[in-house]
Amino acid sequence: MSSHDKNGVSRRTLLTVGAGLAGSFALPGFSGQVLAADQPPMGTWPDGSKGSTVTIGAAVPRTGAYAAQGEDELKGMQLAIEHINEGHPLIKKIAPKVSKGVLGKKVDLVVADSGAKPNNAVQAQQRFINENKIVAMTGSTSSAVAVALNKFAEREKILYLVAISGSNDTTGKDCARYSFRQCFYGETAANAIGPVLVKNFGKNKKAAFMTPDYTYGHTVTKSVNDYLAKNGGWTMVTNQVSPLGTSDFSQYLTNIANSGADVIVNVNWGRDAVLSVQQAKQFGLTPKMKMVIPYQIPFLAKEVGAELTEGVFAATDFWWTLEDKYPLAKMFVEAFDKKYGYKPEWGAENAYMQFAIWARMVSEAGTFYPPDVIKQYEKGEKFDSMVGEVHFRPQDHQLVRPVVIVKGKAPKDMKNKEDFWEVMEVVPGEPLMQKPDAFGCHLGDYT
Amino acid sequence: MINWGNFVSQLFNGLVLGALLALISSGLTIIYGTLGVLNLAHGALFMLGGFAGWMAYTYTGSFILAVIAGSLFVMVVGFIVERVIIRYFYDRPHEDQLLVTFGLGIVFVEGARFFFGSLSKIVPAPAGLGGILNLGFMFYPAYRVALLGIVVVALVALYIVLYRTRIGMIVRAGIEDSVMVDALGIDVYKVFMLVFGIGAMAAGFAGIVNAPVVSITPDVGEAYLVQTFVVVVIGGVGSFPGAVLGGLIAGEIISITSMINPGYSYVMLFVAMTLVLVLRPYGLLGTAGRD
Repeated sequence: MSSHDKNGVSRRTLLTVGAGLAGSFALPGFSGQVLAADQPPMGTWPDGSKGSTVTIGAAVPRTGAYAAQGEDELKGMQLAIEHINEGHPLIKKIAPKVSKGVLGKKVDLVVADSGAKPNNAVQAQQRFINENKIVAMTGSTSSAVAVALNKFAEREKILYLVAISGSNDTTGKDCARYSFRQCFYGETAANAIGPVLVKNFGKNKKAAFMTPDYTYGHTVTKSVNDYLAKNGGWTMVTNQVSPLGTSDFSQYLTNIANSGADVIVNVNWGRDAVLSVQQAKQFGLTPKMKMVIPYQIPFLAKEVGAELTEGVFAATDFWWTLEDKYPLAKMFVEAFDKKYGYKPEWGAENAYMQFAIWARMVSEAGTFYPPDVIKQYEKGEKFDSMVGEVHFRPQDHQLVRPVVIVKGKAPKDMKNKEDFWEVMEVVPGEPLMQKPDAFGCHLGDYT
Repeated sequence: MINWGNFVSQLFNGLVLGALLALISSGLTIIYGTLGVLNLAHGALFMLGGFAGWMAYTYTGSFILAVIAGSLFVMVVGFIVERVIIRYFYDRPHEDQLLVTFGLGIVFVEGARFFFGSLSKIVPAPAGLGGILNLGFMFYPAYRVALLGIVVVALVALYIVLYRTRIGMIVRAGIEDSVMVDALGIDVYKVFMLVFGIGAMAAGFAGIVNAPVVSITPDVGEAYLVQTFVVVVIGGVGSFPGAVLGGLIAGEIISITSMINPGYSYVMLFVAMTLVLVLRPYGLLGTAGRD
C-alpha cells in the first residue's frame, strides 16, 4: 500500500502517464507502433512481438500417411529459422533486411503433430496462440488441413504460411486474406504437365485416374482431366477414388486392369502414392500402362526405388539438380545437405521459402502488425527464389512461380544414389494460372 | 466399370483381401474371446511383426526366416506384455483395458518410429512368387495368390490348437469358470499368458506375411486395426469362425462396391457393420451373453 498516495492513484500509474505525456510532447507527429491508434490490438498483436523473440507455430504431420513428408518440411523450416537467426547469406538474397533475426528479434519455432488431420492442426495452433503468442503459423501436407487453417487464420488474425497444399481451393474458393501459398497446385501442375503428356503419349489416349478422396485429389484430378480432354482428346475411362490412408489398393487396381487404360494418372500422395505405385507394379499394370504423377511426392523415388519411377512423368515444385541452373538453389541444397546429410526434396524447399518470404515481408514492412505485413505481400514485388524471380498475386495470395517437369531416370543413368529425376522443363508460372477469380476467391477483411 | 470380366476379377480379389483381413482379425478375436480383453494394441503388434521380420530379412535375406522371426518376436512381446501389464487388468473395467492397450499401441508405434523413421520398408516376395500369374480372367500378383494358401494353412493351424488340443480345452474351460479350473490344479494364469502370446503371434505373423503386399511403416497397423474391428463385429466378437466369415464378407463388400463406385467401398463396409449391429447385435456367428 505504500505505493499509493492519498488519492488512491498508484505512483506507477502517475509515472507512466507522465512519461507518456512527456513523450508525446517530445515527438510531435509520432505514429510508431506503440501509440498508433490506427493499429488496434488484434490476434496476438502486439503481445506476440513484445519480447526479444517471436514464435512461429508449425502443425505438421509426424504420424499417418503423410508423416515422411511432414518431417521433410519440418527440416526446411528448422533450417530457415537457423538461417534467419544467423543472417545467413541465402536468407539475405531473399530478404535483404534480415540480420540475425527479423526486426531485431530472434525467431523461434514450436511444433506439433497434426497427423494430417484438420482438427488436430487447428487445436495445436489454438494452443500455440494461447501459450506462445505466435506471430505466424504454418504446416499442412494435406489441403484439407490448409483449408481449415485458412479459415482459422482469418478468424484469429494470425498470418498463415501454407506448407504443402496442392488443392486449387487453397487460393481458390477457400482463399483467405491471412494466408499465402508458395507452392504449385492442381491447375498449374495440370497446365504444365499436360503438354508434355500429349507430346510424349499422343492424342486420344485413355486415362485411368487414382484420386484421394478430399479437396486436393478432386481438384487436381479435375484440372488434369480438363486439360487432357480439351487439348489432347483424352478420355477418363475410370476414376478410382480412395480414402486418404488406404493401404491395400487391390480393388482399385483390379478395376483399372479391366478398364483398358493406356495411362494411369496417380494423384495419390504420401504413403498412399508409395503403396499404389508399388502395388500397380505387382499387379502388372506398370510399365505396360504408363504412370503419371501430376503432383510430385517427396521421397517417392527413394521409397519405391528407381526401377518403379523410371519413365514416370511428374510435375513438382523443386528438384535438387536445379542447383545447376539457379544460384539460390545451389546454396540451399548445399546448406541442407550439410546439415541433414541428404539432398532436400520439395517439401523442405517450400517450407524454407515460405519462412524466407515471411522474413522478407516483415522486415520490409518494418512491423509485425499483420495488416501491414499482408499489404507488403500484396505489393507483388518481385524477388529472387530457388527457381528464379517470383512474385505474389495480390488478388488470391498465390505465388507466381514456375512448375518443374521431371522424368524418372533409369537406375543405370543415375549419377549418384539420389539422382532419381531428370529435369525436363521449367515452365514459367504466369501462363499456367487461372484468372484470379476463376476459382471463386474472395479474400476477407484485413481487420 | 460393371462387366462380367471385372466382376469375376473383383470376386477373386475380394476373396484374397478377405482372407488377409480374416487372418489379422483372428488374433484379435482369440484374445477377446478367451480373455475378454479388447486389445487395441493389435495393430501395433501387427506392425512389430513386420519390422521384426524386415530386420531378419535384412540380415539373412530369407523370407522364411523373416516370417519365423516376425511371429516369434511378437509372441514374446505378447508374453511379456501379458505378464507385466495385461494380467492386472482382467478384473478391471473394460474402459481401463481399452485405455491401457491403446496406450501400449502408441508406445510401440512411436518406439518403431524412433528406431526406424517414417519411410516405408520393403520386404520383397520370396523367390518365385514375385511375378504375375495369368488367372485367365485377369493377371494377379503371384504372391497374393500364394497368400491365400498361407492364410488358410495358418487359420487351420490356429483352429486346431484352440479347439482340438488339450491346451485349447483348458483355455475354453478357463473362460467358462476360471476358479474351477484353478481348483483342479491347473495354473490358469499360465494358460492366459499362452493365449495372449498366441493371439499376438497371429498378429505378428499377419504383419510379416502382409509385408510384401503393403510395405511397412510405424502406422501400418492403424488402418488395419479399424477394418479388423469391423470384421470382428460383423463375424461375432470373440468367435474364431466368425472372424473368418467376417473377413471374407468384408473383403467382398470392399471389392464389389469398388466396381460400382470406388468412393463408397469403405462406406459400404460400415453400412454392413451397422446393419449387423442392428439386426444381430452379437454378430453373425457370435453368441449372446459373453461378458
